[in-house]
Amino acid sequence: MSLVETRHLGVDLGGKTVLQGVDFRIDPGEIVTVVGPNGSGKSTLLRLIVGAVAPSRGTITRKPGLRIGYVPQKLHIDPTLPMTVMRFLGLPRRVARRAADEALRRAGAEGLADRQMTDLSGGQFQRVMLARALLSAPELLILDEPTQGLDQPGSAAFYRRIDEVRAELGCAVLMVSHELHVVMAASDRVICLNGHVCCEGAPEHVASAPEYRALFGTGTQGALALYRHEHNHSHDHAHGHGHDHGHDHKHGHEAAE
Amino acid sequence: MTLLDSFLTRAALAGVGTALAAAPLGCFVVWRRMAYFGDATAHAAILGVALALALDISIFGGALLVALAMATLVSTLSGRGYAMDTLLGVMAHSALAIGLVAVSFLSGVRIDLMAYLFGDILAVSRTDLLVIWIGAALVLALLAWRWSALLTATLNPDLAHAAGIDPRREQLVLTFALAVVVAVAIKVVGVLLIAALLIIPAAAARAFADTPERMGVFAALIGVTSALVGLWASYTFDTPTGPSIVCVAALCFVLAGIARLATRQKA
Repeated sequence: MSLVETRHLGVDLGGKTVLQGVDFRIDPGEIVTVVGPNGSGKSTLLRLIVGAVAPSRGTITRKPGLRIGYVPQKLHIDPTLPMTVMRFLGLPRRVARRAADEALRRAGAEGLADRQMTDLSGGQFQRVMLARALLSAPELLILDEPTQGLDQPGSAAFYRRIDEVRAELGCAVLMVSHELHVVMAASDRVICLNGHVCCEGAPEHVASAPEYRALFGTGTQGALALYRHEHNHSHDHAHGHGHDHGHDHKHGHEAAE
Repeated sequence: MTLLDSFLTRAALAGVGTALAAAPLGCFVVWRRMAYFGDATAHAAILGVALALALDISIFGGALLVALAMATLVSTLSGRGYAMDTLLGVMAHSALAIGLVAVSFLSGVRIDLMAYLFGDILAVSRTDLLVIWIGAALVLALLAWRWSALLTATLNPDLAHAAGIDPRREQLVLTFALAVVVAVAIKVVGVLLIAALLIIPAAAARAFADTPERMGVFAALIGVTSALVGLWASYTFDTPTGPSIVCVAALCFVLAGIARLATRQKA
């Protein structure tokens, strides 16, 4: 049985259609990555699965009692709110110190339990959020651009850690990412989203699909070269279909590195 | 002499009860950046006072109803395209002005107006005291019951959803608690200074707290101290009681700020 399954799902936000006709499923133990340009509805899809957004059309079915561990894209903690890492891990349900330390170790954030959340670096903050998500013993771990603001080695290490966590806990992982090459290598299945599902399948399949190349063709040459050499020279075709998003994305991507 | 003792005792108990409920709620007001929201709700309560006097119902009931209506209205309007601070500024002061105009239509009330604007803690009756303590106990029980859910929703609404908590429901809980605190605090500090009783103890407590719970407890201690010291100062120096309480709270805030600076420089 799938953990989550959607049928012909549509979402309107503020009078604008953000998602349309999305059929999506994720099975136990899978790592699925959603890629797509800015504003393509990636975060909305995740928030829908978490339950923070209600579908406007279509249906969403979650496995009964599904335990979700969620790492949001951004978490701003107001400086007026004092919060130790230990207390953060215990929201909304308090956890024993031993369990908290174990989750921190798994997430690579050992020894941070007594620090204030606002004193953590970007990478430490992300790992603490991961630790908190792990504490619910999730069947489905949802990560929204978890490596935003991390440098290349940092994000590579983060994805390796996700892979280890999956191996240890056997949970499914659903994530959104901009770092196509790193993420695609780490995924079982990739979904390319742009308001609707453009294409999906094994990473190799998606990377060579014309729909994907139309969106990312100009932005990911180097990245794709790492991934599949034989497609290096077909970018003229991709350019013809290129959206502006592709360029935006390219800049954002390079800046992040 | 016994009479004197008893009105001072009643005043002290009223101040302590209000401060105990206002301070932890005030932490959420500070964390969620709802300071103006508290102001708007409190100012609207004067309209409730006018209605209560006109309809000859209890002041507490009238203030509670209007504060609740105001808080719900603001909650509903938030995130609908208006800049929140502008909207709240409009509503807070309009509600106050409408309330003051409404009161002026009632004959024989003008003399009492100061009591509702700045509180009249020395005139707290046994019934008032009962209402204040029931209201305070209700707010504290509500906050204790929803504490974790409220904190999670305050941290991030999506995080709350993922944990099976509905942030809108938690917002309603806070809205209701705020209306109750406003209604019980009118007698103690008056509508103009209720927001001060919410925010200043919480802001002062931030300097010493490393967890949300400790901040709530420290805020309550600072609030209670302010109420008692303010009452004593008012009695000793013959100053208005509500403003005296707020002055002591403000002094605590300044001292806390200095203490924080001093410890930082040492570290």
